Amino acid sequence: MSPAIELIAINKSFGAVHANKDVNLSVERGTIHGIVGENGAGKSTLMSILYGFYEADSGEVRVNGKPIVIRTPNDAIHAGIGMVHQHFMLVEPLSVVENVMLGAEGGAMLRVGEAKVRAELARLAKDYGLEIDVDATVGDLSVGLQQRVEILKALYRGADILILDEPTAVLTPAEADALFGLLRSLKEQGKTVILITHKLREIMAITDRVSVMRRGEMVATVETANTSPPELAELMVGRRVLLRVEKAEKTPGAPLLEVDNLSVVDSRGVLRVANASFTVRAGEIVGIAGVAGNGQSELLEAIAGMRQPVLGSLRLEGKAIHSSEHNPHRMRQLGLLHVPEDRLRTGLVPAFPAFESAILGFSDEPHLGRGPILDHDRLIEDLAKKMEQYDVRPPAPRLKSSKFSGGNQQKIVLAREIERNPKVLLVGQPTRGVDIGAIEFIHRRLITLRDAGVAILLVSVELDEIMNLSDRILTMCGGKITGERKASQTNEQELGLLMAGVVDEAA
Amino acid sequence: MSAPLDLPRWADTVLVPAISVVAAFLVAGLVVLAIGENPLTATRWLLQGSLGTGEGLGFTLFYMTDFIFVGLAVAVAYHAGLFNIGGEGQATLAGLGIALVLNNLTFLPGFLLIPLGILGAAAFGALWAAIPGYLQAKRGSHIVITTIMFNWLASVLLVYLLVNVLREPQSMNPETRAFPEQSYIPFMHDVFAAFGVEIPTSQLNLTLVLALASAYFVWLLIYRSRLGYAIRVVGSNPSAAVYAGISPARIIIIAMVLSGALAGGLAVNELMGYQHRLLLEFTSGYGFVGIAVALMGRAHPVGIILASLLFGILYQGGAELAFEQPAITRDMVVVIGGIIILFAGALDGLFRRLVAHLFARQKLARA
Repeated sequence: MSPAIELIAINKSFGAVHANKDVNLSVERGTIHGIVGENGAGKSTLMSILYGFYEADSGEVRVNGKPIVIRTPNDAIHAGIGMVHQHFMLVEPLSVVENVMLGAEGGAMLRVGEAKVRAELARLAKDYGLEIDVDATVGDLSVGLQQRVEILKALYRGADILILDEPTAVLTPAEADALFGLLRSLKEQGKTVILITHKLREIMAITDRVSVMRRGEMVATVETANTSPPELAELMVGRRVLLRVEKAEKTPGAPLLEVDNLSVVDSRGVLRVANASFTVRAGEIVGIAGVAGNGQSELLEAIAGMRQPVLGSLRLEGKAIHSSEHNPHRMRQLGLLHVPEDRLRTGLVPAFPAFESAILGFSDEPHLGRGPILDHDRLIEDLAKKMEQYDVRPPAPRLKSSKFSGGNQQKIVLAREIERNPKVLLVGQPTRGVDIGAIEFIHRRLITLRDAGVAILLVSVELDEIMNLSDRILTMCGGKITGERKASQTNEQELGLLMAGVVDEAA
Repeated sequence: MSAPLDLPRWADTVLVPAISVVAAFLVAGLVVLAIGENPLTATRWLLQGSLGTGEGLGFTLFYMTDFIFVGLAVAVAYHAGLFNIGGEGQATLAGLGIALVLNNLTFLPGFLLIPLGILGAAAFGALWAAIPGYLQAKRGSHIVITTIMFNWLASVLLVYLLVNVLREPQSMNPETRAFPEQSYIPFMHDVFAAFGVEIPTSQLNLTLVLALASAYFVWLLIYRSRLGYAIRVVGSNPSAAVYAGISPARIIIIAMVLSGALAGGLAVNELMGYQHRLLLEFTSGYGFVGIAVALMGRAHPVGIILASLLFGILYQGGAELAFEQPAITRDMVVVIGGIIILFAGALDGLFRRLVAHLFARQKLARA
């Protein structure tokens, strides 16, 4: 039997970047095939070629043994390939049925098509256990269910081969388990699944085979049963990496950041943080675990002064922060620095040269220039030094910020904040979109900072990261702090329950 | 999705605009051909009329002065992420500011009166831009809509004032009395004559120097100063501005104030440099040309100077062309100008993409 998908000698370049070099991939029918690789390794490019977003410069695509040309996503759909994107492509105000129909209405009038969709959705629910309220408004569904709608869309369009791009990034552990259950039942029914992820745990849990990409090349394809996470990590990076950072036990010092009864309302008037109270001490990393969108972002922004809380108060080094000085500028002066969650939208200015992004938030510092004029030579020199210390590649201060890889951008942001000697450091998603090699570096820096007596508040959706770095862990769900644990005395299952909002009886 | 558009700097700033201009002239040539005239002759008249004679050159540079000011005005706002299309109204109010200063302080000597007149222009232009700026910053009223409305308000306000309030009692014309003579910004031919050099007479006056100085000032402000940094952060990435502790509202108002003040330069050149009185419609729609100039100049002062020169050539040469080849009317010249604006502004992305594609290919071939 010929493989479901065969990619033969695929090449694709963007300008000088050779994103895919002679890539070969063979995916057997009825299997779950993982593709792992660091950011920028070429996974997304490869899948975009398979799904018709890009055309390969050279190479051949075969589906079920037959060579085909895929120029548009429509070609891919006709060939039985479906894709579930990391960022859902759903119309939120429409119902599930309407979303599934979209682009496959089957005529000018909706009624006929709709009946067909309903029948088909009922069948899919029966065959694969894909239960869903077909008349629910998509915007009201949980993220896990929205993802289910994406899968239904693909299946409705006759997909035999399903590509999922980082599907668990937005899911709770429980939702991720439900997804894996679903993928297994799809496999049993003969569907083929391609899973793109950077979470090695998931690869080990669910895939049959796994392919590793590095710098545009396919470096290995192995049976999952015959490999291990350290081996995969080494294949991805090209050298041995430590998946866990070592840190010594340490008794935290005086409380530096005290948050009392903080509540935050967003611009639409929705309560995003409800009565959060906690303390972060000198020499301590407090991690906030939670599924994306449960108020962690708003909490960080409120502490940093980017949003005014509607209720509650802050104390920094024991001194109460008056609401008139609770703004980002003043908080920086007081020694509370902030590595924001979203580098590209918040942490730097993509269009600026790196040396200008490297003073974001500090452009008023007198030593950076003379009077109203900034001293560019000095900024460039300063950043060149930091780039060396932080191993930023390429070490080019004049290069546009957007041209650096995610890991190097993050190092530029970290260098900017850390080198200003924070007392309290807020860190949001420090390693999102960052390659494994850089993750190791960033984690070590944060530990060093903690050992030097900085109070660090860490927000991350990567549970591994939280467990790995934190001394104490708080869980958030629906804007509330649902639990607090010592990192050494908890496990993933327990945190997963707390993140899902199960009431914490121990607290 | 498309491949990233990476171009070397020279291609981005020189090659692409040059291609736009050539393409625009080719299409304009077809239009000329379509009405039965010879495009080559037309081009010759255009260049001859604008650059071929000392007098023509003087007029070209006079228009260029206008365009530099309004182009810079649009550019400064643009860097803050604002589309100020109210240059016309801001220049109109600046004219009012000039008239109020000059005709009420007639007793002052020229070396005081001229700077005060310029300040009056800047202040009134700034004020007229600050209101839409404030509404955008604090109320979220879209700047495009409000600045358009403010163009009309400025226009009718000037009509009212010139007909009912500021008009000379004996005169039938809706214009103020002439400004005091010591307030005239010297004509370039007079300045040169003072040094014993004779150049042809034209409207060109020393305001050109002010325009070039303003261009340098804007460059320094936008690309080198702390304030310019904040302006560009707000324009490029508003949420990064909030993170950085830069208040977008404050920056929006400041950028509009600067923008309006720069638009006031148009009134300085036209009124203090040439007309020497306040009259209706002296802005002649040049405030809108500033948008095209800024777009074509990629909001960079050097680009704006070059684009202003091009539009100066077009306006001056176009007038000559309409005179020499009556089949090509003034309206025809406007059409040609429009085609250039279309190519340089709206279709800019078309050529940029094409050029980027060619560059990418070339790189691949070399690799």
